[in-house]
Amino acid sequence: MRRGLGPGPATRTAIALVVGAVFLVPIASMVEFTLRDGDGHSLVHWATLFDPAGAGKYAPIREGLVNSLVLAAVTVAIVLLLLAPTMVLVTLRLPHLRRPFELLALLPVSLPAIVLVVGLAPIYRVIGQTIGTGVWSLALAYGVTALPYAHRSIQAAIDAIGVRTLAEAARTLGSGWPTVLLRVLAPNLRGGLLTASLISVAVVLGEFTIASLLARQNLQTALFVVNRQDPYVAVILSLLALALVFVLLLAIGRAGARGSGARPEGS
Amino acid sequence: MTAVSQGVPAAHAAGTPAAPPAPPPHSPPSATAAPAPAHRVRGALAALGLVPFAAYVLAFLALPTALAVGSGFVDADGGLTAHNLSALADPVVLRTFGASLWLSALSAVVGALLGAAICYALLGLRPGHPARSVVEAASSVLAQFGGVMLAFAFIATIGLQGLVTLWLKDGLGIDIFAGGAWIYALPGLIAPYIYFQTPLMVITFLPALTGLQTQWYEAALTLGDTRAGFWRHVGLPVLAPSFLASLLLLFANAFSSFATAAALASQGAQIVPLQIRAALVSETVLGRQNLAGALALGMVVVMAAVMWLYSRAARRAARWRR
Repeated sequence: MRRGLGPGPATRTAIALVVGAVFLVPIASMVEFTLRDGDGHSLVHWATLFDPAGAGKYAPIREGLVNSLVLAAVTVAIVLLLLAPTMVLVTLRLPHLRRPFELLALLPVSLPAIVLVVGLAPIYRVIGQTIGTGVWSLALAYGVTALPYAHRSIQAAIDAIGVRTLAEAARTLGSGWPTVLLRVLAPNLRGGLLTASLISVAVVLGEFTIASLLARQNLQTALFVVNRQDPYVAVILSLLALALVFVLLLAIGRAGARGSGARPEGS
Repeated sequence: MTAVSQGVPAAHAAGTPAAPPAPPPHSPPSATAAPAPAHRVRGALAALGLVPFAAYVLAFLALPTALAVGSGFVDADGGLTAHNLSALADPVVLRTFGASLWLSALSAVVGALLGAAICYALLGLRPGHPARSVVEAASSVLAQFGGVMLAFAFIATIGLQGLVTLWLKDGLGIDIFAGGAWIYALPGLIAPYIYFQTPLMVITFLPALTGLQTQWYEAALTLGDTRAGFWRHVGLPVLAPSFLASLLLLFANAFSSFATAAALASQGAQIVPLQIRAALVSETVLGRQNLAGALALGMVVVMAAVMWLYSRAARRAARWRR
């Protein structure tokens, strides 16, 4: 039914070919680069990935990956345990704060990470002196950078279900607030909460600026370091991370599209 | 959906029925208080629930911003000064700001046009179509995974030994680096920036384009307009504010981007974020920390102007959304 507005098959194919070429060539170049072996091509660099002898060389990557996963977990915890309940509270009890809250959540988009770092440096000096320099503390900063994306996903889920009606019904039937939150609202919002969590994970796995300037190790800073010793491994791991997040988001997108099939589009 | 929402009076009305009939066994203690002050008490309790999040945002968003901007007004000994701000008039700093603005504007315009073309191509597909899911997922990944990986990708593509570089040299006899290794300088940032700008355009502009009502097109045709006429008289004017809003968002995105340039640029500080890093990490020169603050203030001023324009454009764009 939308066919009337869209372009014809010829135009569509032309756009797809041009854009596909422009966006696939750099990815293909990365793949080709990892297969280079002298003047020919082989899988030798991919094999080194599983070679225990080279393990020392990749130690920064392993450490960076573990750090990034810890940071992702803590960031997701901030989103699920701090942001989501606050958004539900605002929706149910303080609806007049909805617009200001939305503006606040969008603020980090307009605040360059590098500016944030200038101000975070002294704060993290204090944190380091009081609660230690554990890597997880960096997630407190990442929660802010992920805030706009997480907020958008959760807000969409809140708008899609009648949060207020559900909560009132559950309260009328005698549920306490913990039951309302955990057993009534959370299951209904799970699509939005899942999307918010995954986007937060993507943000954390792709973050470089803050970790680099505060001299912490994460996946991206480790890739940056390893690239100096063995660019092949750095590129291979980049490709793997890219593929992993793409598959995750694709799966979520497909699940979401199936779930919203009955809803009118464009709303 | 809209019937249930909004308005303070509605919130109070919704809260009232719970008090007079026998309160449910699990209700919070405040509900047992006298009806009139109960609202105030419960409102205060609800506001109390905001405290953890407010404290968090205060500590990791408001405080760093204040510190960053504030440090531009402080000298090395901690005294108040406007001296650092004079650094913003320094020719080197001005040139860097110029380069940042120019790079952001160029990559935003090209990325916006490319992204809009992709959205237009997707217009014929229903929301659940596999091709659309793939483009949407790829856009999210590529918009998020800029930085270090993107630098790798472009070194592998148009680096000194890149696939395209070698192909052009061996196949067509064109040496793209005849004029110097520009990939590690400012011109080398253009292609990678476009690469992460375009997917962001797809993410932000697609909802506006799919929100275009088919009925408007049918109405235009019924009234004797042509397809091209519909786009000229209805489609483009309706989409213009959304396009402008997305364009401004792209500009802001490029202006604040750091990682790609940091991983690609070998030396020098061609754009403002790199200059801030240089000021932050150089410990040899006293008072450089405060130069970083002044530069951060300059960035905040530019971003505030862009976001003000954005909010105006977004408000106009919202008129057509239902």
